[in-house]
Amino acid sequence: MRNFLSDKVINIKPSGIRKFFDIVHEMQDAISLGVGEPDFDTPWFIRDEGIYSLERGKTFYTSNAGLKDLRTEISNYIKRTQGINYDPEKEIVVTVGGSEAIDIGLRAVINPDDEVIIPQPSYVSYEPCAVLADAKPVIINLKAENEFRLKPDELLNAITDRTKVLILPYPNNPTGAIMEKEDLEKIAKIVIEKDLLVISDEIYSALTYKDKHVSIAAIDGMQERTILINGFSKAYAMTGWRLGYACGPKEIIKQMTKIHQFAIMCAPTTSQYAAVEALKKGDEEVEKMRQSYNQRRRFLINAFKEMQLDCFEPYGAFYVFPCIKEFNMTSEEFATKLLMEEKVAVVPGTAFGDCGEGYLRISYAYSLDNLKMAIERIKHFVEKLRTKQS
Amino acid sequence: MRDELLSILEKNSRIDFKELAVLLGVTEEQVLEEISKLEKENIICAYHTLINWEKTDIEKVSALIEVKVTPQRGQGFDRIAERIYNYPEVKSVYLLSGGYDLLVTLEEKSLKEIAGFVSDKLSTMESVLSTATHFILKKYKDHGTIINKTTKDEREVITP
Repeated sequence: MRNFLSDKVINIKPSGIRKFFDIVHEMQDAISLGVGEPDFDTPWFIRDEGIYSLERGKTFYTSNAGLKDLRTEISNYIKRTQGINYDPEKEIVVTVGGSEAIDIGLRAVINPDDEVIIPQPSYVSYEPCAVLADAKPVIINLKAENEFRLKPDELLNAITDRTKVLILPYPNNPTGAIMEKEDLEKIAKIVIEKDLLVISDEIYSALTYKDKHVSIAAIDGMQERTILINGFSKAYAMTGWRLGYACGPKEIIKQMTKIHQFAIMCAPTTSQYAAVEALKKGDEEVEKMRQSYNQRRRFLINAFKEMQLDCFEPYGAFYVFPCIKEFNMTSEEFATKLLMEEKVAVVPGTAFGDCGEGYLRISYAYSLDNLKMAIERIKHFVEKLRTKQS
Repeated sequence: MRDELLSILEKNSRIDFKELAVLLGVTEEQVLEEISKLEKENIICAYHTLINWEKTDIEKVSALIEVKVTPQRGQGFDRIAERIYNYPEVKSVYLLSGGYDLLVTLEEKSLKEIAGFVSDKLSTMESVLSTATHFILKKYKDHGTIINKTTKDEREVITP
């Protein structure tokens, strides 16, 4: 029989997370700090609205771009949080999670061999999605000394004649880094000068712990060259509902909607009805969750400080990204040992790009009690390693 | 800081000052100072423990009693409320809008004792016009806490 598989797909590396997942899965009473989704249940009023929509028999396809009401609420939300106007009719498409928006966003704009700049460490799907869209990914290795923010010179060095797209993943998974207005203005200047398009993945926008999140699309001259991606998973604890959206120039959204129409048809109807309610009445719940995350964030940062483990203070998402270089181990070795000896699962930084070497992603989407238990074990592990070293 | 402090303490009054300071991003001294202010201002009134008595061998019967009263001149409902809440077996007294005036929560060892309280003490007060007693059969949620909740992390153990 022939080999039926696509070379392009075969050559994509499987996610580095998988291997770990299998070990943790087998292990009894391991504490996992490896989860990339909120620990909160979806707020009840949102779930209730989903149930109500089912009771009313709202079980059909919606329009390809998503429910008109939902697009209107998304438009209102972006307007009130970022001060940007998007036309619900033409500039918004509702997708199956932010992930789909990344995929179809890239596919809508890439010609073969166009270059896509991807700052890393960052979410695992940008590079594979770029490759699947026939783009050439160009990686920028972000630096801890810059708090993993993208610096103008780093961007300039990565740009060639073939560069078309910059992916901007802030607030960042896995580092927890943010980009503030001044940082974005410098990047925007280059993007405009070099005539690039930005795909701005702002899925964690509601979870920042310094000032409010600023979108690069809100900076002068940027709305026309930005695809803004967001969704309901993180802010509203709605990961399983699979619902996200993209906002952007109508020409691009039109082509994205075309792909979406042929590949997906429409995002899940029940989720869309629930999401309308989330946007209308969810601000208070989001703020409560944000406050809880912030308390846990402070707890972890303080715990690492007491352990004297090198860790910059992250102001976004729900991750901390401590450095473990002092132990002369790779991230994977460290994480494996920590799991085997202390039964705490964290994700090696390398799962998010080679430059994640020497770092761990630790999620604080867990209860404080859970975090306390895990921190005790990590502390024990770190002390053991240090005694051995000295 | 005050609002956040109160919302943490409302859920967990046993938390220590050191941890509070970390969670709120302030110093222990600031926490201490704020809490003593809150106590002085009677914003923090007491620190309680929520106990699921059903799981113990101790018998307890609780009832909600709706009470209609005649308000008294010059004092409104306050005087009669005080006469009721001074009984230690009375757990709470609320003044309500609607069909009746006071809602009294009572906790006793037996049904008989509750009946006794209502007939001997409560109904005989001269400003009490009528009472309606409802016995609590089961508590599902109390003080924002779901009784008997078993939490299980349903998430996949590692996700990107």
